[in-house]
Amino acid sequence: MRVKNIFATRWGIIGVGAFIGILAPVLQKLGNPGNMGICVACFERDMAGALGLHRAAVVQYIRPEIIGFVLGSMIAAYIFQEFRPRVGSAPIVRFVLGAFAMIGALVFLGCPWRAVLRLAGGDGNAILGLLGLIFGIWIGTLFLKKGYNLGRTQATHTTVGWMLPLIMLGFLALMLIFPQVEGQEKSGELFYSLKGPGAMHAPLLLSLIVGLAIGFLAQRSRFCTMGAIRDTVLFGQIHLLTGFISLVVFAFLTNFVLGQFKAGFDGQPVAHTMHIWNFAGMTLAGLAFALAGGCPGRQLFLSGEGDGDAAVFVWGMIVGAGFAHNFGLASSPTGVGPHGIAAVIVGLLVCLFIGFTMRRKSA
Amino acid sequence: MAATVDARGLSCPQPVIMTLDEIKKGKDQEIIILVDTDTSKENVTRAAESQGCQVNEVSPEGEGYRITIRKG
Repeated sequence: MRVKNIFATRWGIIGVGAFIGILAPVLQKLGNPGNMGICVACFERDMAGALGLHRAAVVQYIRPEIIGFVLGSMIAAYIFQEFRPRVGSAPIVRFVLGAFAMIGALVFLGCPWRAVLRLAGGDGNAILGLLGLIFGIWIGTLFLKKGYNLGRTQATHTTVGWMLPLIMLGFLALMLIFPQVEGQEKSGELFYSLKGPGAMHAPLLLSLIVGLAIGFLAQRSRFCTMGAIRDTVLFGQIHLLTGFISLVVFAFLTNFVLGQFKAGFDGQPVAHTMHIWNFAGMTLAGLAFALAGGCPGRQLFLSGEGDGDAAVFVWGMIVGAGFAHNFGLASSPTGVGPHGIAAVIVGLLVCLFIGFTMRRKSA
Repeated sequence: MAATVDARGLSCPQPVIMTLDEIKKGKDQEIIILVDTDTSKENVTRAAESQGCQVNEVSPEGEGYRITIRKG
C-alpha cells in the first residue's frame, strides 16, 4: 500500500517551509529566545547543558522541539512504511563532522534554520552567516563531484533504528521526573538556566506538539536546508530551495505581524557582529553538513526513520556543543570565544582531510 | 541492453550523482537504478525527469525500488 506523497511535490515542500516559517516565530512569541523560535544547533547545545555535558549556565534546557522532531519523523515513517533501520556508513566520520558542524554553528550562533530566522527577524549579521553557509556547501559540492562519499549503509535490526527515538523519550521522561523549579538552577540531575536563552522557552507541551508536527511533515517532505543549497549548486535543482525560501518569507511575514521584526546589525538577540567569523563559522558548518549529507534538522528526521548514522551525527553535535562551551570555542553576544578562531581553522582542516581522502575508487 | 546503477545503501546526493553520470556518459538508452529509500526514489525520478528522461517504471524490489528510465 503506497500513496502518492503530496509533501514531496513542489507545493508540498513550499507548504512545509511555510508551516515552519510561521510556527518558529510563534514559538518565539510563546517564550523561545529571540530569532530562535527553532534552532537545531542551539537547542541541542541547550540539551547538552541541561545534561551537564557543559556548564555554561545560560544555555541549559532539554528542548522538547528536538524530541518532537525525532519522534514526529518516526511516527510518519511508520505510518507510511518508510521506517528503514540502517547503519554502517562511516559512523565515526559522521560523529566528527557533527562535532565540527556544531562548533562552526556556535561560532556564528545558529544552524541554517536559525540563520534564516535571524534574517527574517531583521538581523543583518545573518547575511554573513548565510553567505558562509553557501560557501561551505559549495566547497562540499566540489568534493562530491570528485567522488567523495561516505560509503554504503546496511539494513540492520529494528532496535538500531529505535535508539535515538528511545533516547529522546528518555530525555522527555527526565524532564517530567525532574521538572523545572522556579528560581532553582538544578532539579534532580538536570540543569536549568535562570537567565539567558536557556531560561527562555515556550510551554513544554506546546513545544513538543509543534516539534512533533514539524518532524512529521519534514519526514514526508524531506525538508533540508543544506540540500536546498547543495542541489541548486550541484544540479540546478531548486525543489528543496523553494521550501527554504518559503520558510524565510513566511517567517518574515509572521515576525512582522507579531512585531518581532527589528532591522540592524547591532544589538540583535543572541548574535555578534564579527562579520568574518560569522562567515567562517558557517563555512565550517556548511562544509560539514554537506560532507555528512544533511543539515542538523534533516539528521534528526533521518534518525527518526531509522538511520543510525544520522543518529551518530546528532550525538556528534551534542558532544561538539560540550567541547564548544568547555573549551571556549562558542561565541557570545560580545564576540567569538577565546579559542573559537583556532577551532574554526582546525575544523576546516579536518573537513578538508575527510573530503580529500574519502573518494570512490571506482564507480 | 540496459545499464544498471546500484545506489542501494548510498545516501543523498550519491544516487542522483550516479544516475546523472550514467545519463550523460553511458551508452545505453535504458538505465535501471536500484535504490533503497523513498527519498532516493523521489530524488532520482525528479532528477531524471529534469534531464528530459522518461521514467518508465518504478517497482518495489527487495527492501527498495527498481527504477527504469529511458533517455530523452
